[in-house]
Amino acid sequence: MFKGGFIQNLPKIYGLYTGGFLVFIILMAIAEQAGASAKAIGIMFVAFTVAIYALIGYLSRTVQVDAYYLAGRQVPTVFNGMATAADWMSGASFVALAGGVYFGGYSYMAFLVGWTGGYVLVSTLLAPYLRKFGCYTVPDFIGTRYGGNGVRFCAVLVLVLASFTYVTAQINATGTIAARALGIPFEAGVWVGLVSILLCSMLGGMRAVTWTQVAQYIVLIVAYLIPVFWISNRIGAGVFPHLMLGDEVARIGELEQQFGLVKNSAADVKAAGVPGGLKSIAVPHSGIAAGGMAVWKYISLAICMMVGTASLPHILMRYFTTPSVKSARKSVAWSLFFIFLLYSSAPMLATLSKISLIDPNLPTGIIGKSIADVNNIEWVKQWSSQKQVFIADFNGDGILQLNEWFMRTGVVVLATPEVAGLPYVISGLVAAGGMAAAMSTADGLILAIANALSHDVYYNMIDPKADVRKRLIVARVLLVVIGAAGAYIASMRITSILGAVAWAFDFAMSGLFFPLVLGVWWKRATREGAIAGMLTGLAAGTAYLIYVYPKFMGNPAWLGIDHLRFGLIGAPVCLVVMVVVSLMTKAPDAATQRMVDEVRVPSGKSILGRQH
Amino acid sequence: MSNKEKHWAKTRGHMLLTLALWAFFSMVVFLFGYEINSMSFLGYPLGYYMTAQGSLLAFVLIIFWFANRQEKIDEEFGFGEKED
Repeated sequence: MFKGGFIQNLPKIYGLYTGGFLVFIILMAIAEQAGASAKAIGIMFVAFTVAIYALIGYLSRTVQVDAYYLAGRQVPTVFNGMATAADWMSGASFVALAGGVYFGGYSYMAFLVGWTGGYVLVSTLLAPYLRKFGCYTVPDFIGTRYGGNGVRFCAVLVLVLASFTYVTAQINATGTIAARALGIPFEAGVWVGLVSILLCSMLGGMRAVTWTQVAQYIVLIVAYLIPVFWISNRIGAGVFPHLMLGDEVARIGELEQQFGLVKNSAADVKAAGVPGGLKSIAVPHSGIAAGGMAVWKYISLAICMMVGTASLPHILMRYFTTPSVKSARKSVAWSLFFIFLLYSSAPMLATLSKISLIDPNLPTGIIGKSIADVNNIEWVKQWSSQKQVFIADFNGDGILQLNEWFMRTGVVVLATPEVAGLPYVISGLVAAGGMAAAMSTADGLILAIANALSHDVYYNMIDPKADVRKRLIVARVLLVVIGAAGAYIASMRITSILGAVAWAFDFAMSGLFFPLVLGVWWKRATREGAIAGMLTGLAAGTAYLIYVYPKFMGNPAWLGIDHLRFGLIGAPVCLVVMVVVSLMTKAPDAATQRMVDEVRVPSGKSILGRQH
Repeated sequence: MSNKEKHWAKTRGHMLLTLALWAFFSMVVFLFGYEINSMSFLGYPLGYYMTAQGSLLAFVLIIFWFANRQEKIDEEFGFGEKED
């Protein structure tokens, strides 16, 4: 099946796979009707999909360096787009994005703009040029363009810091989902998650990760879109929710007026015993605050996420695998298209979920009903026993008010199928989708770190004479070690201390964005400039993070630049230092200048060969 | 100017134009988020629509347009790639 003709047969193979997955969903629905328990269905969904990914990982095993690092540079444009979309959309995107929109409203949606707009930077400034360069890893480009192991090592440093911040959260998410679906403790779930992740990547490196990510994208997008369309049609909101929820958005606005949006005081919340992390609806669904600071907060967050996107190595390296420069460019467009399918659905899911819950005219609405009745609803019972939802009768009238209803953000995606009264098979599907999203991102990140350490540190700095066999053994050992380190940290449950996923974007933007962009767009950029820029940018960003983050020094944010936005300090420092130091040092030699000229032309051979 | 230099000048112009469109949909629109939210599009308040869907869709279209036009620029100067 994976012998000659595999690439030509891709549409057929994944078409069959998608059909098979839909048949599986139908079989599960039949099993549910026949009386299979919710738990059995959950286990089947997760076990079946993970087994498929592992099979793909095994079939994609390889002993070739270019297959291991670059998937043989033959991933077709559209498929690379799907793989990138899966690589991109993490467990957090899948589970928490709609919940974030639900509770955060307009100001949270700066993430949606930031996490998509960054791809315009990727396609215009970087992806086609890095593909022409032909590097195996992002530090490989930095090391060759600027010359020397010092600069290569700095790039590895930033890469590891940014990617590792991100990966523990992903392993954490796989652990949570595996634990819930399989009914095992969280700590065990983390290791089950890790084994599943490594099964996909260890034998085949980038090649295996590519083909499993395509499979994972299909599962996650099906799992996200089916509930959105189903609920929309069920409550009569419209056949195609993305274009037809205007009335529902307006209706939520009316209900907000009617019920009143009350921000509970921290003391009240504490006195009522609301479990930590649960929120009530206190921000307008579609309203926008006026004023300069609100605008700045929105735009500054979007900028950080956009520039960070264009600096994250696990995304950039996906574009090294396309057959040509122009397909790398097109592939960015397809990636964003596939990401758009999910991201544009998140606000729709939030709208549908919210109106199902708060509109008294709908049978599923609970606001304004008696608390005793609400507590008897099956899904409320189940989720409140897990401390995911909570009711606090502040005014003691026995009637549920809008501000008395609390829930965790992840519940919006995980529980909405039940809230809207869909069969349990949909909840099982959503669990499989969340697992796919978390696994695919974790795989991409672990591979990015392991490849940088095996190719850039081990092969380029420590043992340049190592043969192919030895290099690939080292690469795989590192993959396991890094995965285990991530799982170990995740199992200690300290991810909340490690901070937000947004930090990964800020770290990457502080240290890597300008060295990458100027490497292509400014011939005068020198090695010394790049080293100085990366180190000072990273140091300035990190120092500001420590200065401002409440759990560290907790100083007031300067100009509204809080811990989610510290890249706004790091990146400008990096730029200024890099330009000043570059101008003070000797211009790059003629060979380097020629190399940059060559990178700017799409045709011809790549700078670094297939085997290097 | 050599052929390569001309190609690069045009590529750079194309990049700047693309980034101008990007800046419009990612930043300029949201400078006026509050003001445009009283307008309506597809039944949604416009500011809400742009952040929930409009700008995202604009980015997708911008990148497809960018890639197609860049391919034409490459071919114009004889740097197009034969195989895909």
